[in-house]
Amino acid sequence: MADHAATAEHVAHQFDDAGQQKLAAELGMWIFLATEVMFFGGMILGYTMYRYLYPVAFAHGSQRLSVVIGGINTGVLLLSSFTVALSVHAARTGARRLLLAALGVTIVLGVVFLGFKAHEWRHHYHEGLVPGIHFTYAGPDAAGVGMFFWLYFALTGVHALHLTIGIGVMAVIATLAWRGRFTPAYHNPVEIAGLYWHFVDVVWIFLLPLLYLVGRHAP
Amino acid sequence: MSGPRLYLLVLVALLGLTGLTIYVSHLDIGPFSAPVAFAIAATKALLVMLVFMHLKESHGVLWLAALAGFFWLGILVVLTMSDVATRGVLPIPGK
Repeated sequence: MADHAATAEHVAHQFDDAGQQKLAAELGMWIFLATEVMFFGGMILGYTMYRYLYPVAFAHGSQRLSVVIGGINTGVLLLSSFTVALSVHAARTGARRLLLAALGVTIVLGVVFLGFKAHEWRHHYHEGLVPGIHFTYAGPDAAGVGMFFWLYFALTGVHALHLTIGIGVMAVIATLAWRGRFTPAYHNPVEIAGLYWHFVDVVWIFLLPLLYLVGRHAP
Repeated sequence: MSGPRLYLLVLVALLGLTGLTIYVSHLDIGPFSAPVAFAIAATKALLVMLVFMHLKESHGVLWLAALAGFFWLGILVVLTMSDVATRGVLPIPGK
């Protein structure tokens, strides 16, 4: 390898070379993400089961959410995944200014998403749709609608927690990038943080139809 | 194609699919609503994993880790629903 001399200082002693070190880091992240799939999986299972048992109530619950805000937030997260992909490309090619700009935009987009989410939650509270705290939904399917909103707050809450952690991780990566710690030969942290961010995006890709788009065609 | 041009193309596709799934959800297509919504979401997730998460040019062992998560989730959901969705199908003697 032509750049072997340049990479050698970044290779920890337990690895043969930089390639093996990068693969080990990526494999570790993917295994962690597989456990994250199972972490969200329990709630996805609960959702599947209760939607099967209370199909009408889940449609009524979903109709109380704003498709406009859900759609905008989906666009915001997809755009942030694009900027994260750009930041990884910038790290690979040594484009420091692009790397910093892409990370900065990513963090801003993450905060915008959380802002819309907080606005929605506040709205649900005023409408009396928060089970256990302020739930005033009345009607024959109130129990099923309550279950929908339990799952809604659990899923969006845990997702927002993951995004908050992601914003913190990206802030650390941006600080390291600012200090010039990454080179085309060594930028594993950028790649690994990117994988985590994309995963949080993938979770939301599934949450949009599950939470916002149920029973929309019904009058 | 690779790099930023491909990423931009994927972003446009993802936004288009988001619009499509919102549009389709407003149509009355009966029992196909949920499967179509799931198929569109799975397509979007696949695009993100293959391109943004670089799975398409990654070592096979990363594919294995990625598939394992969804495989176990599949076991969790399919086995549980095979119970929940078939309760009452067969009569229980003495009940």
